[in-house]
Amino acid sequence: MSERVLLKNMRSDCGPVGFDEYRQLGGYEALERAVRTMTPDEVINMVTESGLRGRGGAGFPAGRKWGFVRKDAPHPRYIQSNTDEMEPGTFKDRVLVNTDPHLVIEGITMAAYAVQADVAVFFIRPSYNDDAELIERELSAAREAGMLGKNILGSDFSFDIEVHRSAGRYICGESSAQANAIMGKRPNPDKTGHMTSSGLWGMPTVVNNVETLAHVPHIIRNGVEWFKGLAATPTGDGTKLYCVSGEVVDPGCYELPMGTRLGDIIFEHAGGMLPGAEFKTCIPGGASTSFVTQAQLATPMDFDSMKAAGLSLGTGSIVVFDKNTCLVQATINILTYFARESCGWCTPCRDGIPYMLSLLQDIEAGDGTEADVKRLETVAAGMAHAYCGFAPGAASTVKGLLRSFRDEVREHLDGRGCPFGDMEKPKPGDWKVLDRDAS
Amino acid sequence: MLLPEELETEIQTMVREAEHVEEKLIDIIYLLQNHFGCFSDVALGHASRLTGKTTVELEELCTFYDFIYRRPVGRFVIHVCDGVACWMHHENSLFQYLCDKLGVGVGEVTEDGLFTVLPTACLGNCHNAPAMLINGKHYGRLTPKKVDEIIDELRENADNIIQCLCR
Repeated sequence: MSERVLLKNMRSDCGPVGFDEYRQLGGYEALERAVRTMTPDEVINMVTESGLRGRGGAGFPAGRKWGFVRKDAPHPRYIQSNTDEMEPGTFKDRVLVNTDPHLVIEGITMAAYAVQADVAVFFIRPSYNDDAELIERELSAAREAGMLGKNILGSDFSFDIEVHRSAGRYICGESSAQANAIMGKRPNPDKTGHMTSSGLWGMPTVVNNVETLAHVPHIIRNGVEWFKGLAATPTGDGTKLYCVSGEVVDPGCYELPMGTRLGDIIFEHAGGMLPGAEFKTCIPGGASTSFVTQAQLATPMDFDSMKAAGLSLGTGSIVVFDKNTCLVQATINILTYFARESCGWCTPCRDGIPYMLSLLQDIEAGDGTEADVKRLETVAAGMAHAYCGFAPGAASTVKGLLRSFRDEVREHLDGRGCPFGDMEKPKPGDWKVLDRDAS
Repeated sequence: MLLPEELETEIQTMVREAEHVEEKLIDIIYLLQNHFGCFSDVALGHASRLTGKTTVELEELCTFYDFIYRRPVGRFVIHVCDGVACWMHHENSLFQYLCDKLGVGVGEVTEDGLFTVLPTACLGNCHNAPAMLINGKHYGRLTPKKVDEIIDELRENADNIIQCLCR
């Protein structure tokens, strides 16, 4: 079994590790080392050399992002710690926060020390209200112990973390939209400037996913070579929380070496397909990534390997589909999500996603033609011209459907309709017959 | 309609102590929503009065979010997940089952004022599909039997269940 890092403190009862227990397990040693013996630049350099890349989906090198904050940048400087994860298939941040909240708090504080930030905003989605309360409790414990607040651990570094509860929208995961949400504005993305120079309240702001930040204490404690050695592939970095859901025996969140092969995650760690189910495809990195083929199951799940295979790692959240699932219906479900969650700021997204949805619904109903398929392809390609990454993400599933499962789409055309029958037909994952807890 | 003194004071304190009142708007909206049962026009008026933001500024904010309700909802808002993982485990059946069982359509309130059923973007509980969220509590791996038990329990203990911020 590979080494667990982020989830190494996971308790047998799955309850969160409290402050005292975290300290006994070596927690906050990295923060102590950093504020007492390292300069902020040394922390940034170490994280940069480790190759740590953002786990929120974009995969941008964390150390490089921190380096964008100029040394003479004004204060207050902010950290936006992102726990918005609203992408279907993705629940890793919830698992992480509930397992080891102080690891997350220490990670945020390490990032703050690196860029000499004054305040962090822990941005959390509304359906994670229990987690927000947990973090608030543990922040109090950290504050009382001198890990947050004025003169942390007796140093001249002062910093604190606030919790911001969102009221729910996927676009709030986008960094500039999230900043607008925190500032009480309608959370449309804003691409007019760089967050690291003009983010929250117009001040320098670094946005990181909590999974990214949770790696930092481990890197400082154990070193760059140790971190690089955790990965399964040469260009991978550390470990990764892979979420698996859908038609598998053991859906869940698995911490594995970055670059573990997609097929191994599904068939070894998540227990393979449910009885009676046969693998057709999966979306490998949340709903904004495209369907993969059976041949692509050997692809290592790291940023570079996935890109080389024409795929995207995204959040590393795998949703697995059975052979009897209609992928046109699945894509309709995903586009319905994106159409509803679009902020409506720009025309390609506001009009393009509902149009793609409408074309797919026609195809599913048997009212589509080959011309509609081509039209769908054209509109999906046009999503690249949207204002932010939301619309291209929505188009990924459509592109994957047309690229890898075009024959299945064609089976629907010219009055034939869906070859998979209606939704009433029992399938392996049917909620009426499946109860994993009882099995 | 006046606010209870305690709530009025709580919000005034939040506004006074905030470095930027804007970052407290959602929390204030949640508090008023919990008090009034939804973020009604009356609630919006109080939010405007207490924060100094215009009703237009607040309206453009509150109409953006999934968990702010501008119309009355039941005491228990059942957010049924229709993310793709729940969908493949027959979210449609779950949603319809709940609506049929409670005798309501989307967004309607049951006659006893207890329940509203809403479709919701992914709840982040995909490994426990099909899933739903009721007043901040997650329920997963649902079957008709489990759903029946959950609804019965909520009905029996309605007066004792504390509502959370996201209602």
